[in-house]
Amino acid sequence: MAEPLEVKELDQVVVRFSGDSGDGMQLAGNIFSTVSATVGNDICTFPDYPADIRAPQGALTGVSAFQVHVGAGRVYTPGDKCDVLVAMNAAALKTQYKYAKPTACIILDTDCFQPKDLEKAAFTTDNPIEELGIKNDVIAAPITQMVKDCLADSGMDNKAVLKCRNMFALGLVCWLFNRDLEIAFNMLREKFAKKPAVADANIKVVQAGYDYGANTHASVAHTYSVESKTKKPGKYMDIMGNKATAYGFIAAAEKAGKRLYLGSYPITPATDVLHELSKHKSLGVTTVQCEDEIAGCASSVGAAFAGALAVTSTSGPGVCLKSEAMNLAVITELPLVVLDVQRGGPSTGLPTKSEQTDLLQALFGRNGESPMPVIAATSPTNCFDAAYFACKMALEHMTPVVLLTDAFVANGSGAFKLPDLDEYPDIRPPYVTPDMAGHYTPYMRNPETQVRYWAIPGQEGFMHILGGLEKDGRTGAISTDPENHDLMCRLRAEKVAKIPVPDVEVQGRVDDAELLIVGFGGTYGHLHSAMDEMNAAGKKVALAHFSYLNPLPANTAEVLKKYPKVVVAEQNLGQFAAYLRMKVDGFMPYQFNQVKGQPFVVSELVAAFTEIYNQ
Amino acid sequence: MSEYTAKDYKKGQPRWCPGCGDHFFLSSLHKAMAEIGVPPHKTAVISGIGCSSRLPYYMNTYAMQTIHGRAAAIATGFKVANPDIAVWQISGDGDGLAIGGNHFIHAVRRNVDINMVLLNNRIYGLTKGQYSPTSPRGFVSKSSPYGTVEDPFHPAELCFGARGHFFARAVATDAAGTVEILKAAYAHKGASVCEILQNCVIFNDGAYESVYTKEGRAKHTIYLEHGKPMLFGEHKEYGLMQEGFGLKVVKLGENGVTEKDILVHDAHCADNTLHLKLALMDGPDFPVALGVIRDVEAPTYDEAVNQQIEEIKAKKPYHNFKELLYTNDIWEVKA
Repeated sequence: MAEPLEVKELDQVVVRFSGDSGDGMQLAGNIFSTVSATVGNDICTFPDYPADIRAPQGALTGVSAFQVHVGAGRVYTPGDKCDVLVAMNAAALKTQYKYAKPTACIILDTDCFQPKDLEKAAFTTDNPIEELGIKNDVIAAPITQMVKDCLADSGMDNKAVLKCRNMFALGLVCWLFNRDLEIAFNMLREKFAKKPAVADANIKVVQAGYDYGANTHASVAHTYSVESKTKKPGKYMDIMGNKATAYGFIAAAEKAGKRLYLGSYPITPATDVLHELSKHKSLGVTTVQCEDEIAGCASSVGAAFAGALAVTSTSGPGVCLKSEAMNLAVITELPLVVLDVQRGGPSTGLPTKSEQTDLLQALFGRNGESPMPVIAATSPTNCFDAAYFACKMALEHMTPVVLLTDAFVANGSGAFKLPDLDEYPDIRPPYVTPDMAGHYTPYMRNPETQVRYWAIPGQEGFMHILGGLEKDGRTGAISTDPENHDLMCRLRAEKVAKIPVPDVEVQGRVDDAELLIVGFGGTYGHLHSAMDEMNAAGKKVALAHFSYLNPLPANTAEVLKKYPKVVVAEQNLGQFAAYLRMKVDGFMPYQFNQVKGQPFVVSELVAAFTEIYNQ
Repeated sequence: MSEYTAKDYKKGQPRWCPGCGDHFFLSSLHKAMAEIGVPPHKTAVISGIGCSSRLPYYMNTYAMQTIHGRAAAIATGFKVANPDIAVWQISGDGDGLAIGGNHFIHAVRRNVDINMVLLNNRIYGLTKGQYSPTSPRGFVSKSSPYGTVEDPFHPAELCFGARGHFFARAVATDAAGTVEILKAAYAHKGASVCEILQNCVIFNDGAYESVYTKEGRAKHTIYLEHGKPMLFGEHKEYGLMQEGFGLKVVKLGENGVTEKDILVHDAHCADNTLHLKLALMDGPDFPVALGVIRDVEAPTYDEAVNQQIEEIKAKKPYHNFKELLYTNDIWEVKA
């Protein structure tokens, strides 16, 4: 074995795994992320997969990628461009090279750069490196052949052997970053617990990839390490946004002492929430995969009437279908959480890509006066808190709540400090009290909060009817009385407006910023990174990032008017800016808008904000 | 004996048009509920939109009048979340079979233990007289002034097509017959579809002219009872026999036919072929079948959902949120 190379310490590194959508790049990337997180690095991940069901093997449209940003300190984004690019075939190199830094190290499987592969990837010469003008370090290894050799005695067929190629690349990257393979091995043993032979084969190939690097030095001058520096002590796990959302629902149900009911219909990119919750029947979680989006929401309204903590999960097109049933929850004043994992629209749009284009739909997309609280999650790990507090708000204020996440936070992951539920506030629904028996009507309200009292069916003395028709506020009977309707509309609005939400926090140069960046939801990491970069360059910049969108925090107007310049940056054509202009008199922000289906690029944000700053 | 009377389930003053079939049905529902004896506070009545969907307002139970077509979906969520409550779902032919057709077939397919009442007047009454998915071909209405050019649904066909395990039929004006099938629907565990034939006195009066009166029913219907021969007619002089793949009407005593040649009704038969034949019979050549046509035991969805939860609870080692967290790969950052 060759002498160990010098180890260079890095503050942060971005690795991008790419290959054919059948090459298992998501798994390789996930394992590398978890291995890094396990040793105490901060991580932020971004899976970038194609919308095609299954493009022809080796095709440009079939490339799947997984990017992870590993940091010694806090990392806020998956990184604009990568330091290491793994390209398992010619198509991957062709489509992904644009995401590599000029200094990036590129790892290739030379066995998948044969003439037919180059042709499928639309290369016109037989030298793709030269054709793309690549001047970087390239580790060109015959990965396929080495995997075949490694598993020659395994008794596995060729197809199964080839499925392990991703593990060779993983081993090589682990070597490059001096990662402990044992953690990866444990993950593989767990993932393939029911197929020990597959686990063994994968482990063998990971080790082979690692050894290949160690033995040949793989034509690089150094290996690297990223140490852990700033992590708060405690126990951590790696969690994806959708899973964190599901955990938030479970935690809220437990805290509230309620059965968790999910009515849902599969839709990208929200389906993992249905998958995750369906696993946890041992916690009493009830999931019903309904016949359509409408039934997903309608059955949840039924479950809420029956007394459950009811949730329905979907993406934008599903919200269109659920809107009528969401409005039923508005007028019946039943607790319901509607999760909208936003994707590119309109219509079917870009199903696997991320946008923030459902904001106005969430706020206003229903008939009638239909006030509905809206909360947006700011990162994969923040999905937990956002889901927990959405449930708390729904149950305590007897209202449907929209929880907005997006494909970026839903599929991304981060190091999640295990929450201690004892530190989370109680959830206390406004149940009827025994003294109300016999004279209860459903729209009797708490005069302070305007929240109505909740009588769960099955109790004697509280029988009542709810429904989509307007009701008399006192008797609960159908009413078309003009004064009553006007009053009920106002009471429902007042109830939502009175929900207390935390103030929006200003970060960065709080006292002397020349420019305030304003955003909401899943763009937090990118906006924060842009602010950090500008401040590091001597500018005076602050960030106000919103999670509570309706009602807005009480200090919203004050914050927005405090700074000389404000830019609202969002992944749509200006929905949040328009909303803020409507809510804050005289607010005239600059805007930065992109609807590309891709996360913001920090360098582009910095360039745009600097231009505004210098005007 | 039930400790409740029909009055215990009654509330308010119904506002349907005088003579509407909904009045008759409501009264039969109150009676049936009293005979069943589930307390009002353990009963939920859930409807959609339409004239008949106003019914929950006249029930002294937990109730919800929801949105158009979604009653079956809402009732499904309710029953799964709170299986201790007896759930009745009330829809018309528009609510249940047009805008709500998808929810209807899936609630039936899942076999959720809800009692699904389909008040079929073959017309849209609340919107003032358009044809419905059960209106016959050629039906003239405000939205089909020259007659419809489409075929109707037969509710029983949809029910059986969705693998339904219970189907019964009654005429709204026949209180005894209606009470009978409602009680059977409640007793049946699973989705029980009850089709109620009723006239809309304003927009489709006479839709069921031939069976609306006692005399009419004696001539033009057959009351099916499990284990009883399929006899009908004013003096039970007619019967049903099988002929090839179909049914035929015979007269006792003619051509040597005796009672022992007559088919005996088997509502519990898993094969629904004959049930469908019976349900599709119509005049003038055949009597309209009333009573419980199909009533077959099968696992119910709500019970299965909750049973699975109990099984997994016994199997899996984690039962609260904290334990769930520790099923993941955890690492510790030390101070």
